[in-house]
Amino acid sequence: MRSHSADRWLPKLVLSPTLLASLIFVYGFILITVAMSFTESRLLPNWEWAGVDRYVELFDNDRFWTSAKNLAIFGSLFIVISMAVGLLLAILLDQKIRGEGFLRAIYLYPMALSFIVTGTAWKWMLNPGLGLERIVQQWGFADFTFDWLVNPDKAIYTVVIAGVWQSAGFAMALFLAGLRGVDSEIIKAAQVDGASLPTIYRRIIIPSLRPVFFSVALILAHIAIKSFDLVMALTGGGPGTATDVPAIFMYQFSFSRGQLGVGAASAVMMLMTIMAVMVPLMYAEAKSGAQR
Amino acid sequence: MSVVSRVFLYLILALAALYTLAPLWVMLATSFKSLDEIREGSLIAAPQAPTIAAWGKAWSSACTGVRCDGLQPFFFNSLLMTIPAVLISTIIGALNGYSLTHWKFRGSEVLFTMLLLGCFIPFQVVLLPMARTLGAIGFVDSVFGLIFVHVVYGLAFTTLFFRNYYLGVPGELIKAARVDGAGFFTIFWRILMPISGPIFVVCVIWQFTQIWNDFLFGVVFAGSDSQPVTVALNNLVRTSTGVKEYNVDMAAAIIAALPTLFVYIVAGKYFVRGLTAGAVKG
Amino acid sequence: MKLKPIFAAMAAVSVFGAAQAAEVEVLHWWTSGGEAKSVAELKKMMEAKGHKWKDFAVAGGGGDAAMTALKARVVSGNPPVAAQIKGPSIQEWAREGALGDISAAATDWDKLLPKVVADVMKYKGKYVAAPVNVHRVNWLWINQDALNKAGGKAPTNFDEFFALADKFKAAGMTAVAHGGQPWQDATVFESVVLGVGGAKFFEDALVKLDAKALDSPTMLKSFDTLAKIKTYIDKDAAGRDWNLATAMVMNGKGGMQFMGDWAKGEFTAANKVAGKDYTCAPAPGTANAYTFNIDSFAMFNVKAADAKKGQADLAASIMSPEFQEVFNLNKGSIPARAGVSKAKFDSCGQKSMADFESTAKSGGLVASFAHGMAVPSATQGAIVDVIAKFMNSTMSSKDAVAALVKASKTK
Repeated sequence: MRSHSADRWLPKLVLSPTLLASLIFVYGFILITVAMSFTESRLLPNWEWAGVDRYVELFDNDRFWTSAKNLAIFGSLFIVISMAVGLLLAILLDQKIRGEGFLRAIYLYPMALSFIVTGTAWKWMLNPGLGLERIVQQWGFADFTFDWLVNPDKAIYTVVIAGVWQSAGFAMALFLAGLRGVDSEIIKAAQVDGASLPTIYRRIIIPSLRPVFFSVALILAHIAIKSFDLVMALTGGGPGTATDVPAIFMYQFSFSRGQLGVGAASAVMMLMTIMAVMVPLMYAEAKSGAQR
Repeated sequence: MSVVSRVFLYLILALAALYTLAPLWVMLATSFKSLDEIREGSLIAAPQAPTIAAWGKAWSSACTGVRCDGLQPFFFNSLLMTIPAVLISTIIGALNGYSLTHWKFRGSEVLFTMLLLGCFIPFQVVLLPMARTLGAIGFVDSVFGLIFVHVVYGLAFTTLFFRNYYLGVPGELIKAARVDGAGFFTIFWRILMPISGPIFVVCVIWQFTQIWNDFLFGVVFAGSDSQPVTVALNNLVRTSTGVKEYNVDMAAAIIAALPTLFVYIVAGKYFVRGLTAGAVKG
Repeated sequence: MKLKPIFAAMAAVSVFGAAQAAEVEVLHWWTSGGEAKSVAELKKMMEAKGHKWKDFAVAGGGGDAAMTALKARVVSGNPPVAAQIKGPSIQEWAREGALGDISAAATDWDKLLPKVVADVMKYKGKYVAAPVNVHRVNWLWINQDALNKAGGKAPTNFDEFFALADKFKAAGMTAVAHGGQPWQDATVFESVVLGVGGAKFFEDALVKLDAKALDSPTMLKSFDTLAKIKTYIDKDAAGRDWNLATAMVMNGKGGMQFMGDWAKGEFTAANKVAGKDYTCAPAPGTANAYTFNIDSFAMFNVKAADAKKGQADLAASIMSPEFQEVFNLNKGSIPARAGVSKAKFDSCGQKSMADFESTAKSGGLVASFAHGMAVPSATQGAIVDVIAKFMNSTMSSKDAVAALVKASKTK
């Protein structure tokens, strides 16, 4: 065996720019943000120590709590519904459907569009005076109402509707890929044993998709926590502050209100939420990966 | 499966397709209508007298500021930014994934977890520190700054994709090649590259979509001469005064989305295939 | 070393190149057709003076995105030559040391500008910004046909206002056309406070943030009035853009709208004529008061000599009577400086000019709270949150006053 002495350090060399970038541009910047949350920063960053004043202000702000609650509602509904719809579509598409490629492209395309593109169309469709409500009423169902977009108590659910629209197709693609990866021998064996199709899915196929569930949950959680364009385009956080989410809260306080310190404090809370959600998920995934 | 349940199955699929297509239909229909027709008619009705005037205006003469050249110049700015950023981040991601799977060293798993967590940083957090950095290295106000930012924050994802894919490549293959005297890059080039097609497709689609659709970095880090198409679209659609030309807005939105739509439709088939080939494993 | 002279030559070329193409980069959020045309006038003037205009346009949400971009540019050490900033924000930016002194180009501005305008443009006695226009916020826009049918008299107080609104409602219209966005809610709110409490009360409560005024029966009454106005707004208003609400007044779906005079730009663009298709009246009870909203360009601290020259020329161009006339005819506002011919302005514009002068003398001239002229952005934001919540929930007036007092302490 001819030994390449270079091979000992080459992999590390290849990884070093990425490592450096991550250390500076992710972890370094997080540290800067944490530091800024303890300062008197207003319009621009400054480093005058303020202790926990910014956190006191943050926790005293109703809007912050509204936004946290909204993220919880939106995040959980968004992840669960997107996964359910995605899985259902994937299973249905897996039944040797005619025109599968065509349907798949249709389900997948929303992922290609940003909400800066589709925001206006969504706003129209959900608006009671223009969209669905008016159209159904014109069909003769005069009592039909669908005014979630303008109802402060329901508006967050319209955000879920549009969010699911964008991401369910992506979840479908991941699940479909997972389904296609399941060993067909096992399925055949189960069929020979006389198991019905739903039973095969419930007992054999879906349990074997465990790692896919993790990946999908991870990606959807990531989309949910960062969701900004979606809410901005659809409701702008309104009516009032009914659909405010942490990403918008942070953005507005940091950039349009000259309260960088409070914005930074809310960012720190967001980062802690992300850690609280992600670390157990990733730990579980790593563990299940080790078992395989 | 019985005929009834098969019909039912197609029905569900068709309903889902209808739901998915609705916004696109509204946008398309509106973009071909005249303003009068938009005002009078129903949102989902097909255009009675289709006209492409709005498309022409959106592409080459709508105002996005003092300039009234439509989306055209910004469209090319976007291409100029997206293509290098996608290529660079994908290639680095491939090498990273390769190193992390087949050249493991002490701490490489920790390194990977660290990178992965980096995916989740909200981009609003990095704006000001990044601006300072770009100012310091002289990349401010230019397309290079934008490319740099997109590469930096795309690396975690591309590395993840390739790492998961290369996990499926048997280690024996690499060992055998090493015994034969092949080095780090030779193995990558000769053994891994030829089988990496599907994951390259997945990675390129993902990165292309993310970078093309980005607004936040575009608006903050682009100079006046390198603003991407999403910023121009925003300027066009979110004006605060004047008569709103919804048909132009919609045509502009579709134009801005064409490249990503194209990528998804053309390469969508390989997308699921690439995912099947291993991107979603653990 | 042979490289040295090459480097020196390159440096010389780049310095020379920079001196030739004096680029004036201006950040603004005027991107709609009419506004863009007005800014294009400015560009033409600058080009006539030999400068190259670099357009840095970022639209959306009254400049949210633009402010983000601006902060990033300042932090990176490359500020634009000028940016659209107004009100107390100018002072905030100046305090951070980001703005440059343009007094040299502004020697006669003290004579040309009314004192209230000049004060906003100055930091520690030096001019750091140039005013473009003066908007009046406390207008009520009424559909002329509907008004004629209902007696033809614009309401001068809130009793008359509600009587008129009832007539509109009975005629099947949406009496008050409104867009449910926080800044629009705040616009209605401030006109109500002005109408209910008068200019002095407005100044105490919303400019000086005096706790006694904020926590007073007058403020309670203002919220009660606002709550009553709410009942005349259609349920689809949430999220509606203001210009769509204006369109409702134009086509008779809506009766009237509380909005600043930029609404007139909208009427003008649709070929509607004041007095024939629509009426502009001061918001109920505010005939002797004037809430002003001034758009301006703040000048950043640039170092290069050519950029400084460009900045001075930009300030002079903005203040020129030609630009002020053209721009304000398009925008619906009135010129910020004296000495611009009134001839081309319509009846609403001329009324605005006359009222601006008379209220400046009588003390009825107050800074608009809703449009960032009165208090720092943080405080304004916190108060707007309260108003938006009040407009979109069943919050009682009493709770709203309490929340208002708390929000006013935000710094």
